[in-house]
Amino acid sequence: MTDQSKTIQQQIQNAFENKTACRIIGANSKQFLGNESNGETVSTKNHTGVISYDASELVMTVRSGTSLKEINDVLSANNQSLPFEPPGFSYDATIGGTIACNLSGPARPYTGAARDFVLGTRIINGKGEDCRFGGQVMKNVAGYDASRLMSGAYGTLGVILDVSLKVLPTAQTEVTIKIEQPVDVAIQTINQLSTKNLPISASCYFDKHLYIRLNSSEQNTLAVSKRICQQTSGVEIENSKEFWHSIREQEHEFFKTEKSIARISLPSTCNNINFDDEQLIEWGGALRWLKSDLDIATIRDQVQKLGGHAAAYKNFESHIEFFQPLDAGLKTLHQRLKQGFDPAGILNPGRLYKEL
Amino acid sequence: MTSIDTKQQLISAFCDFLPATAVLFKDEDLHPYECDGLSAYRQIPMIVVLPESINEVQRIIKICHQKNIPVIARGAGTGLSGGALPLADGVLLSLARFKEIINIDPLARTARVQPGVRNLAISEAVKEHGLYYAPDPSSQIACTIGGNVAENSGGVHCLKYGLTVHNILKLDIVTIDGELITIGSEALDSPGYDLLALMTGSEGMLGVIVEVTVKLLPIPEQAKVIMASFDDVFKAGNAVANIISAGIIPAGLEMMDKLAIKAAEDFIHAGYPLDAEAILLCELDGSSIEVNELIPLAEKVLQESGATETRLAKDDIERARFWQGRKSAFPAVGRMAPDYYCMDGTIPRRELANVLKRITDLSKEYDLPVANVFHAGDGNMHPLILYDANIEGELERTEEFGARILEACVEAGGTITGEHGVGMEKIDQMCVQFKSAELSQFHAIKNAFDPDGLLNPGKAVPTLHRCAELGAMHVHHGRLAHPELPRF
Repeated sequence: MTDQSKTIQQQIQNAFENKTACRIIGANSKQFLGNESNGETVSTKNHTGVISYDASELVMTVRSGTSLKEINDVLSANNQSLPFEPPGFSYDATIGGTIACNLSGPARPYTGAARDFVLGTRIINGKGEDCRFGGQVMKNVAGYDASRLMSGAYGTLGVILDVSLKVLPTAQTEVTIKIEQPVDVAIQTINQLSTKNLPISASCYFDKHLYIRLNSSEQNTLAVSKRICQQTSGVEIENSKEFWHSIREQEHEFFKTEKSIARISLPSTCNNINFDDEQLIEWGGALRWLKSDLDIATIRDQVQKLGGHAAAYKNFESHIEFFQPLDAGLKTLHQRLKQGFDPAGILNPGRLYKEL
Repeated sequence: MTSIDTKQQLISAFCDFLPATAVLFKDEDLHPYECDGLSAYRQIPMIVVLPESINEVQRIIKICHQKNIPVIARGAGTGLSGGALPLADGVLLSLARFKEIINIDPLARTARVQPGVRNLAISEAVKEHGLYYAPDPSSQIACTIGGNVAENSGGVHCLKYGLTVHNILKLDIVTIDGELITIGSEALDSPGYDLLALMTGSEGMLGVIVEVTVKLLPIPEQAKVIMASFDDVFKAGNAVANIISAGIIPAGLEMMDKLAIKAAEDFIHAGYPLDAEAILLCELDGSSIEVNELIPLAEKVLQESGATETRLAKDDIERARFWQGRKSAFPAVGRMAPDYYCMDGTIPRRELANVLKRITDLSKEYDLPVANVFHAGDGNMHPLILYDANIEGELERTEEFGARILEACVEAGGTITGEHGVGMEKIDQMCVQFKSAELSQFHAIKNAFDPDGLLNPGKAVPTLHRCAELGAMHVHHGRLAHPELPRF
């Protein structure tokens, strides 16, 4: 457990004075996300430790270099967890990278995204200033929500030093049901079930089967599972934890490919998008992974019409913008915000968008 | 050009495209808009406009932008921090006529609504689909969704279901340039910065909200509420921690102290125990199985924490009555004194005993009674200071007392406002909570959206100048606030 905040602040202050680009990294497990960004390395890897945690407050404050593993261990000792079930993509993945990329796992539609659980952040902005936004309480509307803004900013607005997160108790029992259904029916099924008060905590569609995870008390989970199985001819699977681990960490066979994979975010009820290629669907229909040879511009064009967007997630050519380009009005706001946090443009330049 | 000329020019520019009934400029028409829910602050605006379409909003804002006139957006005017307080030289933009629920998508569990739709009206409209909109500020019968977004409103169910920021998907806003921009999407995320979070709670300083897409939730199959009585406020505070530690996340967990209990009971006859020092209302919801499992567990924890009595509401009628007492606590307290001043600090719950003690001491020091209503589950306190504005100097004394409560909340690791917003009211306490670099960063955010500072100017974020002057007046423990700033 070490506090590197002064070192990191000094590095950014020097970089600001010399106009040197910085590449912020924790465990470097998220390198494949976002555009390539070059610069002098600013590492949060050794800025580690749980600063405060009180299970009865449901709040944990940690330094950004703390590993997800350590956090999960501390929480699970108190029968609590990070409700957004973040993927790590590496054994040593850090909470700083997780928040900077706003990464959430299979539970996302049912409990919320990483950003939903951010209560406060302490950052070093692009001028090398140490700023705290938000706090350690659930309700806080003092000032603009700059702490949540750090989530998904990919380090382009500030180096996250510490983050306070809301945590929740872990449910007793987990059961996963597997139902054989055509894709369009499965999208209907999961959305229909989501309109009912059921303890659904994850869903996935792959290879003609819909998988639904339930998390609640033992009695409730088993009762609901029985009911859904009866209604849908579904069956409970044996290896629930392993299955969702493979989806969350993208170790599932679907992701083992040389082909390009687009990450498509859509309104959950959209019918199956009209691409012939192989898909894996998560988040109750709202997240669709597409393995395809199609040009990303073609995919983006189509999903935009449906109210969604697509990221060039894996195996695309490196010159392609990783995230769906913004329209003119939003782009201007992004540039002005970037200017406001990082006037010299030194923090992860280009990582989120080439012009930022 | 005199201000009278400016006013005339604006009136004629607005009347070019708005009906005469949508442009108010006579004193008697302007009076209803002089304050919001914080009536201690009043100001007659120059002009009030009541547009009905997004295009009209865009044209109004473009005209104001061109003429450098401040614009203050207003929903139902129920805000408690003076966020919709007009400016004498500003245009008050009322969104009251944007009352349409545009679309309900029961399968996707979303509703697209105009900003002037009342919070409760959304839940009422979607009830037939077995859905509801979760955030439920106590003013939900009157307050509008646009105002809820601007303030990031909470309510009694925040601990389990989150604040406004957790329950909206998409916003259409008009920027100070008069451009219409969509933020967020009906998908679960959007590319780029989280502007949805930034807009939520921005108090009308960054853009004018003209449409909101909200997330809807299935109505829980069952909800039950336990009322627990305590002979000691601190025991009630510990009971809250014990409930959470037992792995229970109540839908609502509310606390009231003796004075608040008496006020509510006299007003509503909710059946509250008048001899208790504090009561807790603990609501559990979910499937019948879940609720039936949790109720005995919660009762056991409450009893072991020293509750003198626990009562389970026997039916939905009694449950509604228990809640009505709580939701009516503000007006109920209002009957005990000519005026009351509601505070909104949030603290880590473990600090409850210390902060309550501090409030009791301050109450004696200022000789003003305080009733405490507390969203115990999430640490949000609402001390209500009773006073009489007709007694000279009592309002000033009350405000100073309130300011010291908020400072105590910050010292305890909390915040000056949990859900009511900074507005005009808490602008000086912002200097206590934030350092200069942080305030400058807020100004940089404002500047990114509104470089000329025309949207609701002077609210929410104080200038460094203001903080420096204030810092010179209140030197805390011999430490000068914002020492790097020049003094005036």
